[in-house]
Amino acid sequence: MNRTSKRMLRLKEELPFHLLLLPGVVFIAIYHYGPLAGLAMAFQKFQPIAGFFHSKWVGMKNFEYIFNLPDFSQVFWNTLEIAVLKIVFGLAVPLLLALLLNEATKSWFVRSVQTSVFLPFFLSWTILGGVLFELFSFKGPINALFAWLGVDPVLFMGDAGWFRAILVGSDVWKGMGYNMIIFLASIAGINQNLYEAAQVDGAGRWKQAIHVTLPGMAPMIILISTLSIGGILNAGFEQVLVLYNPTVYSSADVIDTFVYRLGLFDQQYSPAAAIGLFKSVISLFLVSLSYYLAYRFSKYRIF
Amino acid sequence: MPFRRMAFSRQLFIVINSIVLASLFVLGLLPFIHLLSVSLSSNIAALSNQVKLWPVGFTFEAYRFLGQKPEFLDSLVVSLQRVVLGTAINMALVVMAAYPLSKEVERFRLRTLYVWFFAVTMFLGGGLIPTYIVVKETGIMDSIWALILPGALSVWHMVMLLNFFRSVPKDLEEAAIVDGAGQLKILARIYLPISLPAIATILLFTLVGHWNSWFDGILYMNSPSHYPLQSYLYTLVTKINIEAISTEDLGALNRLSEKTLRSAQIFLGALPIMVVYPFLQRYFIKGITVGSVKE
Repeated sequence: MNRTSKRMLRLKEELPFHLLLLPGVVFIAIYHYGPLAGLAMAFQKFQPIAGFFHSKWVGMKNFEYIFNLPDFSQVFWNTLEIAVLKIVFGLAVPLLLALLLNEATKSWFVRSVQTSVFLPFFLSWTILGGVLFELFSFKGPINALFAWLGVDPVLFMGDAGWFRAILVGSDVWKGMGYNMIIFLASIAGINQNLYEAAQVDGAGRWKQAIHVTLPGMAPMIILISTLSIGGILNAGFEQVLVLYNPTVYSSADVIDTFVYRLGLFDQQYSPAAAIGLFKSVISLFLVSLSYYLAYRFSKYRIF
Repeated sequence: MPFRRMAFSRQLFIVINSIVLASLFVLGLLPFIHLLSVSLSSNIAALSNQVKLWPVGFTFEAYRFLGQKPEFLDSLVVSLQRVVLGTAINMALVVMAAYPLSKEVERFRLRTLYVWFFAVTMFLGGGLIPTYIVVKETGIMDSIWALILPGALSVWHMVMLLNFFRSVPKDLEEAAIVDGAGQLKILARIYLPISLPAIATILLFTLVGHWNSWFDGILYMNSPSHYPLQSYLYTLVTKINIEAISTEDLGALNRLSEKTLRSAQIFLGALPIMVVYPFLQRYFIKGITVGSVKE
C-alpha cells in the first residue's frame, strides 16, 4: 500500500471525530473566541453602528479614562475585600461543619443536616434575594427578633456596613454545602489505621481530630484555597446585582457590576470593555498561578 | 461504644454537637417555611407582619390569582422551553465533543489541537460587553436562542465526561471494531450505556443551570414578555429591595397587597428544585466529588 492511500484510510477513520466536534467548535468559536477578539474594542471608540471593523482606534485612551474615574479605585478595592472575606469564611465555616458532622454517628441525622445545608446551593440568587429581602426588611423577622432582644431596628439593606456582612454571610450560606461535601469526602479518604494508631498512643477524640483528621484534610484545604486565588476579582456578580442598591455602592459595588452599569446603561462600551480587559489580564495571571501552585502542591490537573 | 459508658466530657460534646447541628438543620429551612407561610396568608396578616412560621388567615388566594397572571404564566412557558431545548442541545454537544477527545493521540492525531482550543476558554473570556456585542451581531437578540446558543457547549462538563469516557475499558471498543461497528455505533452502544451515571450527573447540573439562569434573560431580552421565570422574578425582587431600604410603609396599599403574591411566585420559582433535590442530591454529591477529588 502506498503512502497516499494510507493517508486516505486514516482520514476516513478520523473523519467521524472531526464531524462530531464540528458543532461544538463552531459555537465556541463564535461565542467565546468572538468576544475575545472583540476585546480589541477596548482600544477603539466603539460605535454600534460602525461595528468592530469601522470604529475608530484610540490607543490607550480608554485606559487613561477608566483609571481616572473617581469610582474606579473604590470598586477595585471593594472587589478584593469582598472576595477575600468570602474566600476565608467560605472555607472556614464548611471546614468546621464537616468536622462537627463527622462526629455525628446516626446516618439519617447526617443526611438531614446535609440536605438542609446544601439546599441554597441549588437555588438562584433571585430566589435567595427575595428570601433575604423579606428576612432583613425594616419590619421583617430579623428586626422583630432584634426588638425582642431590645435592640433598635436596623436598615440592613441600606447600611453600607451591615450590607457587606449580609453579602459575605449569604454567600457562605449558599456555598457552604458544596465545600462541606468536598471536606467530608476528604475525611472519608483518611486511612483508618492512623486513627487506630492514635488510639493506641492514648489520643482521645479531640486529639485525633487535631493530629489525624486535620492533617489528613490539609491537601484538600490547600488545593481549594489555591484554586480560589484565581477568582479573587470575581466577588459574585449575580449576588451583588440582585442585592445591592445605590445607597450601598460605597461598600458593595464591584468591578463586574460597575462594568455592567457603565457599559449597558451609560452605553460607554469601550471604557467598560477596557475594564473587562484589565480584569481578564490580572485574572489570567492569577488563575495560571493558582493552577501552577495546585499542581505543585497537590498534583492537581484538569485533564 | 455505648453512650452510657463514655466519659462525661465526650457525652457533653455529643449532646452539644447534636444540638448545634440540629439547630443548623432547622435554621436552614426556616426562611423557606416563612416564605411559604406568607404566600398562604391573608393580605392583611402579611402586610402587618403577623406571619411568622405558620399562615395567618389561611388562603390559596395568591396561588389562584397567579393562575391568571399573564406575566407569570408567559415567563413559565419561556423557562420550560429553555430548559427542554437548552438541555437537549447542551447534552448532545457535550457527548459529541467529549467522545473524540477521549481518544488517544495515536487514534486521533489532531486531538491535542482541539483540546487546547477548548481549554483556553476555561481561562480566558471576552467578558460581558464584547459577549453582548457578539450576541447582538449574530442576530439572536430577544429570542430564546440568546439564552441557549452562547452556552451551547459547557467545556467543564465536556472535560468531566471525557475523563469518564477514558476509564471505559479499551477491549470493548476493539471487539466492536473487529465486528465492523462504526464510531457512532460504538459511541451509542458502548460508551453511552456505560457512562450513564456521569451523563445523569451532567444532565442534572444542566437542567438546574437552565432553570436558575436569570441574568442572560435580563441582558438579551428586550421585552419582559420574553423573560424566563427567574428573570421575571428578578424584576419582582428588585421591587422588594426598594421597599426593604425604606423605613416607611411605602404608601399605596394596592402596591403592598402584592406581598403574598410575590412570596407565592418566589416560592414557586424554588419549588421544582426543592421537590426533586432531595432525591437527586446523591447524584450531585457524586458529581462534585468525582469532579474535584482526583488522585
